[in-house]
Amino acid sequence: MAEVNLRKVIKRYDEVEAVRGIDLDIADHEFVVLVGPSGCGKSTTLRMIAGLEDISGGDILIGGDVVNDVPPKDRDIAMVFQNYALYPHMTVAENMSFGLRLKRYPKAEIKSRIDEAARMLDIVELVDRKPKQLSGGQRQRVAMGRAIVRNPKVFLFDEPLSNLDAKLRVQMRIEIKKVHQKVRTTTVYVTHDQVEAMTLADRVVVMNHGRIEQIGTPTELYHHPATRFVASFIGSPAMNFIPCQLEDAAGKPQVRISDKIAFPLPAARAARYQKIPRTDKLLLGIRPEHITEASAHSEPGVESFDAVLDVTEPMGMETLIYFTLQGAQVCGRVNPNAGAQDGAPLRLAVDLNNMHLLNEVTGAVL
Amino acid sequence: MTTLTIDKAGPTRKTKYGSMSRDRAWALRWSYFFLVIFAVFFLTPPIYMLITSLKTSAEISAATNPWWVFHPTLENYIGLLTSNQFLRFFWNSAIVSIFVVSITMLISVPAAFALSRMRFWGSTVLGTGVFLTYLIPETLLFIPLFKMFAVIGDVTGIQLINRWYVLLIIYPTLTVPFCTWIMIGYFASIPKELDEAALIDGASWFQTLTRIFIPVALPGLIAATIFAFTVSWAQFLYPLVFTTSTDQLVMPVGIITTLIKGDVFNWGQIMTGALLGAAPPLIIYAFLMDYYIAGLTAGATKG
Repeated sequence: MAEVNLRKVIKRYDEVEAVRGIDLDIADHEFVVLVGPSGCGKSTTLRMIAGLEDISGGDILIGGDVVNDVPPKDRDIAMVFQNYALYPHMTVAENMSFGLRLKRYPKAEIKSRIDEAARMLDIVELVDRKPKQLSGGQRQRVAMGRAIVRNPKVFLFDEPLSNLDAKLRVQMRIEIKKVHQKVRTTTVYVTHDQVEAMTLADRVVVMNHGRIEQIGTPTELYHHPATRFVASFIGSPAMNFIPCQLEDAAGKPQVRISDKIAFPLPAARAARYQKIPRTDKLLLGIRPEHITEASAHSEPGVESFDAVLDVTEPMGMETLIYFTLQGAQVCGRVNPNAGAQDGAPLRLAVDLNNMHLLNEVTGAVL
Repeated sequence: MTTLTIDKAGPTRKTKYGSMSRDRAWALRWSYFFLVIFAVFFLTPPIYMLITSLKTSAEISAATNPWWVFHPTLENYIGLLTSNQFLRFFWNSAIVSIFVVSITMLISVPAAFALSRMRFWGSTVLGTGVFLTYLIPETLLFIPLFKMFAVIGDVTGIQLINRWYVLLIIYPTLTVPFCTWIMIGYFASIPKELDEAALIDGASWFQTLTRIFIPVALPGLIAATIFAFTVSWAQFLYPLVFTTSTDQLVMPVGIITTLIKGDVFNWGQIMTGALLGAAPPLIIYAFLMDYYIAGLTAGATKG
């Protein structure tokens, strides 16, 4: 087991820079998820750690050693691929032991490791089958087993759940988490699914256009996003961004959304946004769960307003509502009994204690 | 009410199935029609060979119905199978084919692996180039090749012309490009992650080839093997040009040169020899047919 460090790592394909100088320190035992839209460089980064791609600049360290020119087999890593990449002509046991057999481990050792991994992954009765005879979820378990038996310094997962159906994905997500709790191997996990990132990671690395947008624990990213990209990428449904401006009314700052709607800022926020020039074009960032139906009694920082709903989506435990504010589509989450209907007006409340203000031009969260 | 609707739906559905099976029946009838035509067309020559091989020379030249054997005899078979010359031809053909298949596989499998997986400078051009060489007809090549071997013989003193082993050098020029091409197509259909997984598991390129690629691409490998065997077994022009002494001849040439004496055609033995010569590929095809088809189609769609 070991830490992984990336220092100014660059990947260039001809003229295109896929990864533009990223720094990342992954601690021993840590589970780090690289997340971002397709083409953001997350898979390339993972493949560079694995040694499957050369790096164009910078250094990659595994366990403190620079491995830039070390071939994959000598990096002591194991990788789980999106399409499982099981050897089709070998049984499950042979698949799992292939790496060990190449390294000429004693037979008894190989057997005990396979048994242990198979027990951990609940595939004991499958060890004599060929990959063709397994379901998608079982194949994914075998792929993980192949990684576990090697007992490597680092696990690398490249979108391992993308080929599974939604239900199985949730199940395997929990399975992966359990395995990590048992073996505690340093793990780098790539996904484009922010839910996977949030649920699995000790720390999430959000990437965009070959750069790291933000690194943080799932809660940090959710509650304190650094940029508009992170704010909109993490969380589902995504955060709302409503064009607004700061103004002072009777000495107290408030966000003006339209001629009719302006919300006074809660005291803590007012102090934080004191220095922002009042002429700046801003965005009010607010998560859907902080836009709800108005309640009878008022709370500090919760302001109510009227809206005409465009569309409602009853989800059972809640109803998602969509309405337009200053040209922006806004999503809110209301109680299914709040009486939300398509095209009908509804009195809503916004919780400004959880608001964000963003610079519309730079996208920075202020 | 419900039962009534179901009853109504029943017959309508049946008619639908009926029309589908009628379409199918017609399609089948047409397929059989054409298949029978082709079968007749392609099976007539071998049947004629078989009939003729069972006749005596006298009966062959007699003005009787050529499609019937009136006095069947095995004398042609006995004559050929007890002739040392014919057995020599058979033996030469077998040795040449086995060596050529081995040489071809030893060259084209690693070549295909390198061309399809190890991205190196010019690999695409080289891959196309390999295939293009296959398109040059042997009728254009045999004169320059003959000249080359003659020069080599003059300069080094190594006599290649009129030796059966010269065919081991010449035949691969036909088999290697095509087999490489088949294998490139087949290897290309193996997902990239498989060799990456092997690479991470600690396999060298050579181990990846022998322990992952060759077993996975076995159908393609068998298809390529059959092809190489057929080509070297049936090749006629090159051995005709490059070998002349009777002890160096392979079967196709041997039959023609020894059984046609001047303008006397020993038809009975020629037909028998041709039939016996066609047997080995036929037996191999019969056993490996499924693999052959699987191999060719896989190469076709992905290559």
